[in-house]
Amino acid sequence: MNNLFILLLLPLVSALVLAFVKSSSSAKWGALSLSVLQLALTIPFLCQFVPDATIQFEQSFDWIKSLGIRFHIGLDGISLPLLLLTNALIPLIVLSTFNKTLKGNFYALVSFMQAGLILVFVALDAFSFYVGWEVALIPIYFICALWGEGDRIRVNLKFFIYTFFGSLLMLIAILYLYQQTATKDFEWQSFASLTLQDGTQRWIFWAFFIAFAVKIPIFPFHTWQPDTYTNAPTAGTMLLAGIMLKMGTYGLIRWLIPIAPLGVAAYGQLALILCVVGVVYASIIAFKQQDAKRLVAYSSIAHVGLIGAGIFAWNQEGMQGAMMQMVNHGISVIGLFFVLDIIAQRTGTRSLSELGGLAQRMPKLAVFFLLIIMGAVGLPLTNGFIGEFLLLKGIYGVGVFYAVFGGLTLIFGAVYMLRLFQRTMLGAGSPAQDAVLDIKGHEVVLLLVVAAFVLYLGVFPNGLLHLSEASVTQLLQQVKF
Amino acid sequence: MGAIITLSLLGILVLYLGLFKAKSALLPVTLIGLLIALGFELALWNGDAQPLYNGMVIFDNFALAFSILCIVTTGLILLLSKAYFSSISNNVAEYYCLILFSLTGALMVSSYHNFAMLFIGIEVMSVALYILVGIRKTDFGSNEASLKYFLMGAFSTGFLLFGITLLYGATGTFDITGVRQYLIDNPQQISPYFYGGVLLLLIGLCFKVGAAPFHFWTPDVYEGAPILITSYMSTVVKVASFAGFLRLFSYVFVPLHDFWTPVLLVVIIITLFIGNITAMMQASFKRMLAYSSISHAGYMLFAIVALGATSTASIFTYAIAYSLSSVAAFAGLILVKRAKGSDQFIAFNGLGKTNPFLAFVITIAMLSLAGIPLTAGFIGKFMMFNTAMQDYHIVLLLLAVLNAGIGVYYYLRVVVHMYFKTEEGRGEAIILPLSFKVVLATTVLLTLVIGVYPECIIRLL
Repeated sequence: MNNLFILLLLPLVSALVLAFVKSSSSAKWGALSLSVLQLALTIPFLCQFVPDATIQFEQSFDWIKSLGIRFHIGLDGISLPLLLLTNALIPLIVLSTFNKTLKGNFYALVSFMQAGLILVFVALDAFSFYVGWEVALIPIYFICALWGEGDRIRVNLKFFIYTFFGSLLMLIAILYLYQQTATKDFEWQSFASLTLQDGTQRWIFWAFFIAFAVKIPIFPFHTWQPDTYTNAPTAGTMLLAGIMLKMGTYGLIRWLIPIAPLGVAAYGQLALILCVVGVVYASIIAFKQQDAKRLVAYSSIAHVGLIGAGIFAWNQEGMQGAMMQMVNHGISVIGLFFVLDIIAQRTGTRSLSELGGLAQRMPKLAVFFLLIIMGAVGLPLTNGFIGEFLLLKGIYGVGVFYAVFGGLTLIFGAVYMLRLFQRTMLGAGSPAQDAVLDIKGHEVVLLLVVAAFVLYLGVFPNGLLHLSEASVTQLLQQVKF
Repeated sequence: MGAIITLSLLGILVLYLGLFKAKSALLPVTLIGLLIALGFELALWNGDAQPLYNGMVIFDNFALAFSILCIVTTGLILLLSKAYFSSISNNVAEYYCLILFSLTGALMVSSYHNFAMLFIGIEVMSVALYILVGIRKTDFGSNEASLKYFLMGAFSTGFLLFGITLLYGATGTFDITGVRQYLIDNPQQISPYFYGGVLLLLIGLCFKVGAAPFHFWTPDVYEGAPILITSYMSTVVKVASFAGFLRLFSYVFVPLHDFWTPVLLVVIIITLFIGNITAMMQASFKRMLAYSSISHAGYMLFAIVALGATSTASIFTYAIAYSLSSVAAFAGLILVKRAKGSDQFIAFNGLGKTNPFLAFVITIAMLSLAGIPLTAGFIGKFMMFNTAMQDYHIVLLLLAVLNAGIGVYYYLRVVVHMYFKTEEGRGEAIILPLSFKVVLATTVLLTLVIGVYPECIIRLL
């Protein structure tokens, strides 16, 4: 069972089936079992993967022959962790909705998005990549706008148009590169082996960079993010923050830097600075947030800013740190948003000024929450530590000052995250919240899984780092600037 | 030729059926006639295409492909006509007859090989439409639209005719191969009349396809005409005009590429911006579609400005995608208008809840028009952009991308109304007649199939 195509097909089939399920309970159990099946089908890939730099499990079919478009997919050390992340998080995301009454159409959209995300991570053909990139956008738009809250219509329209515009710029670059290839195809290999003029690479850089920077989001392309994250339903926020933004960081590694190394040489420094500015800027805003969900949304900008900076540092530590942190961030952020969702559901508010003292009433939740926060802050023996350490080491290799400012994320992160914990869990609670119940059932299961990942990856990061090491090394040798 | 003759005879036959009050036979007879015409076209496919009737027409695959598209689209639109025409007028037979005559014209425009034939085709196509637009005799909007369309149409025909005359003056022939030969033989001393002729033809054709700055008639006419006629005009007529446009410029005027490209570039850029920005402002779905059809004319002109091996395939794919989505959108509009009495966006409120299937079809149509992957519209846009990239019109593409971004805004608006806003009051489901179900299912299925596997279309041309 190592047919990569099945991993793409199953979510599509699931989406089709789930779309017609009316009853809420059968929809959620169906979605859960299908997504667990998908996860189970992913395991053979992990077991059979040989951690060298080659592309494995390759499959290639003619798609649009007259235009040289092939449906070409495969896995290497860079895409495998993200594929695992996607397939591991989707069951958790489905699980997080278990106390809500949602019809099959919700889960159908989640499954459809999963297919798009996987296509992005495994595509080795620029056209397939672009299709996956756009296809992932439609379901998340509907999820956020249909089940969201507040000013959901305007906010999500902005999000959609922002990202769509970015992708179209990328489309122009892809079409241009297609014209340049000798073989007239969209293969990643042909794109990466092009030797383009310096000036050309510079605009290609921007075309790709803007598309990815909007998705990640990197300052100053982040303006859609806080509103969208805050107004989305929790499952939507998890999809956005946990998986979707990794499309952008993955795109940087897979497409932007190999295709336009000279462009990166010219503007990489600037991009790095933007990433670091985003870290500081988002952290400072996170200090002042009253809305807990918004606080985590801003913290997410800070964290991915550091990932971006690590990628643009383009050295072994930075890249490995980015790979590690992409997975870590996905896990932590899902845990955080889930905890906040539980709090909001039990107490009816997300405002820090109205919360407090929940640790006495929900001791189990408090333990998990603290552990996840430790992971997000990057305390040793939790997952965040190794990733952030490697990232900062990589950034240090480029310049001390970048590392100093990037390193602020550790301090700032500790400040706003602990403030979040203190304001919600500690102190005197309002009497109105006396009656809240502790977590139970599916909530415990979900948080246990997240906590297990947080600790496991904190103690044994090598399992993950080992997967990507050879591919990263090879990529770094291939592309120098 | 069989198809053109069939359709002409069919038009007359339908008129007689109306005379003898055989109203219920109108639609079946028309559809059977269309099938026969389709059969004639399919029989010629991949045949040995030679100019026929003293070089008047040619039925090469290009002509056949566009003719088939026109016939199929007309068939889909006519399927929607059941109970529609009779609700707005007593003279139902005239509708069918005029649409068939107009379709005959469209077929001539797709397959002309002589300027005289181009002119006759355009006239046959348009004259029928002047009447169709104004067929609601007591409706002021319809009358205004008809008058406007007639005046503008007559003007553009004047330009067209004058252009043809100038070309004749320069070359001494109406035959397009002859004109082409003239250009090849005299690359240095082309008569100034010829340049004037090219420009006038360009203006005349831009009028017909509704490209800015000759687009002023489009929104008012599209709005004033009955919805079915609007859908016919914005699909079949437009597609046929583009087929004529493309044949003229890709076959005849290619050697003068450097002369007319800048003009066309300006036309495209103005068209894109005017179409998209005005569409953004509309509160009426019908008017939004009218303006968006202007912007689609802009995208389709890409293939003409960057002529290459893929031009035909890309304009054809785009035309199919655009026709399918437009028919679906107009079908939805007819149903909503009939149920709610309004064609404003707010009439679509809550449709996602009451009519999931209809809302889904309209959503796919909108996504296709906006050019989102896995729909035919994306493939069309992708091929158009690719064609433009072959000539490295990067600035043009940047502007096009900007416009595509604007397009998403107004296409999603109807989606927003259908799914995210709730209807005040009762919110009853709209009942879909069987013929509508068939049309909606066909269009959405084809849109998705072409979106996923476009090779089946691209390989044709």
